[in-house]
Amino acid sequence: MTILPLALRSLWNRRGTALLTIFSIAVSVSLLLGVQKMRVAARDSFANTVSGVHLIVGARSGPLNLLLYSIFRVGDATANVSWASYQKIARHPDVDWTIPISLGDSHRGFRVVGTNADYFAHYQYGGDRSLRFAQGKPFADLFDVVLGAEVARQLGYKLGDEIIVAHGLGRVSFSQHKDKPFRVAGILAATGTPVDRSVHVSLEAISAIHLDWQNGVQPAPWARIGAAQARQANLTPDSITAFLVRMKEPALIFTMERSINQYRGEPLSAVIPGVALAQLWDLVGIADTALTIVAGFVVLAGLLGMLTAILTTLNERRREMAIMRSLGARPAHIFSLLMAEAGTLALLGVLAGVALTFALLALAAPLVAQRYGIFIQPGGLSGMDLSLLGGIVVVALLLGAYPAWRGYRNTLSDGLSMRV
Amino acid sequence: MSAPAIELRDLVFGWPSGPTVLDIARFDIARGEKVFLRGASGSGKSTLLGVIGGVLQPRQGSTRVLGTELANLRPGARDRFRGDHIGFIFQMFNLIPYLSVLDNVLLPVRFTPQRGAAFAAAAALPDEARRLLEALGLHDPALQNRAVTELSVGQQQRVAAARALLGSPELIIADEPTSSLDYDARADFLQLLMQECARSSATLLFVSHDTSLGSLFDRSVSLREINRAAPPAGVAA
Repeated sequence: MTILPLALRSLWNRRGTALLTIFSIAVSVSLLLGVQKMRVAARDSFANTVSGVHLIVGARSGPLNLLLYSIFRVGDATANVSWASYQKIARHPDVDWTIPISLGDSHRGFRVVGTNADYFAHYQYGGDRSLRFAQGKPFADLFDVVLGAEVARQLGYKLGDEIIVAHGLGRVSFSQHKDKPFRVAGILAATGTPVDRSVHVSLEAISAIHLDWQNGVQPAPWARIGAAQARQANLTPDSITAFLVRMKEPALIFTMERSINQYRGEPLSAVIPGVALAQLWDLVGIADTALTIVAGFVVLAGLLGMLTAILTTLNERRREMAIMRSLGARPAHIFSLLMAEAGTLALLGVLAGVALTFALLALAAPLVAQRYGIFIQPGGLSGMDLSLLGGIVVVALLLGAYPAWRGYRNTLSDGLSMRV
Repeated sequence: MSAPAIELRDLVFGWPSGPTVLDIARFDIARGEKVFLRGASGSGKSTLLGVIGGVLQPRQGSTRVLGTELANLRPGARDRFRGDHIGFIFQMFNLIPYLSVLDNVLLPVRFTPQRGAAFAAAAALPDEARRLLEALGLHDPALQNRAVTELSVGQQQRVAAARALLGSPELIIADEPTSSLDYDARADFLQLLMQECARSSATLLFVSHDTSLGSLFDRSVSLREINRAAPPAGVAA
């Protein structure tokens, strides 16, 4: 208890090095905390990519594949769902609502999603957030299009612009639906989900642009059907790629899942989004574990810097230790003096790191939310954070025990003779 | 009459797996005596002081300080005994650079509270420290809160002496305290040190290679005469 003020005075005497040491610990701690915060935010954001949906239904395939193409718009469906089957399930008395999804076209690298007004009415993410229009409104006309936030931002589109949809999914496509241009009717606010990277049109529009196509091949010029003619045609789709289902009661989910998986009309799969999302996170989550490990090593590097800073002072302080010994200091006093220095450096470093993290998060959180739709909870430190920080101080003390032990050994061998 | 200040019997000291450094059959210092111990550098002076201070453990023999056999004390108790009863002054760099003059003088109390036990009121201790500083010729009150690194070597040695005398320990051990001072400062310092030792009736063991100082003491002893392990004169010099 009389040793701590002595340790503080000693550190203050070397405040230049001490401050640098504290700063390097602070930076590494705030990196670790930042990664931790982002990881939690990213996981929440990921798990909440879609919410309010009880089942995802598509052609028979594995749950991951179905989740990837229907929600994340990655990869392709192996087969479609017939319009008749969709109608049958959508009209089932236990079903609250459905959202049809029709994929296969793209616009400059972004997926085109054919759907209907229910998409904007019912699609939810992040727990209970609904889709919000930053500008404009849902499609009213056959050739209206609603853009995700990222699409509009990257391609610089505004309301009223005309865009051409390409057949297939490549960024550079040779077959384009040039004869049927679309007009931007709405732009959605950022959600931090794949919705931001989607181009939404109506199911009827998907039918219209493929009206004259035969087996995926663009027709010869004389066989083409113009946009005006297309409006007159019967545009009810033959099939869709997948659809999202909400039951009236959660208790009905499993019955419906089973009956869809055993559907006799055609081979279908139904998956519960939460289960599939958890499976997918097991794969994706490895990346953020790696990031945490890297941050952990940066903290270790910061603490090793502290160890070096203390060790280099040890020799020039042998005289100081010998003086204290002559005044009645026990070797334990010398040991605890050096430990108190390590503990003080680590504690101040951790506290400064926490302050730095909150300052940076306060600055960055609005930008990240606006740009990526990831909502970082400002909040305090989680139990996990606190135990990490406590762990850092413990590791610092364990490392600090080495110079303390060296100092202790020195005082035993030096006695009162003050070697330099 | 109480026990002698220092009583050495058949003391043998050597570093682990090294030759014998000290071999002293008998060496006594009475209470209140001022003894000058002569010895060239490397003759084992500092080692002997380490043994008397209880920092170094002899291979055999008896080391009684103020009537206490040091070998009977556990290491922690030896450290406390040293802090409580012995004041040390070294050749140079006696002070902790990051403490003020006053805090340097008060430092022993941090390790062995008993050094300050005589001063019932906490405030009396700094007063005693100031009195000692003043008695040793450091009159300027502003000096007391200054960083010790700003002091001259002579001033630093006086601060070290004040620290050794704080709390009136029975035994003062000075290891070449004047060898970094010029001649005038040397005599001045010695006189003040003796004066304060007399005042607290402390025993003084003064070690130096400077034989010209010997006449100022009650008794002058050559380490080579009492140490049977000492190398021949030509080698030690």
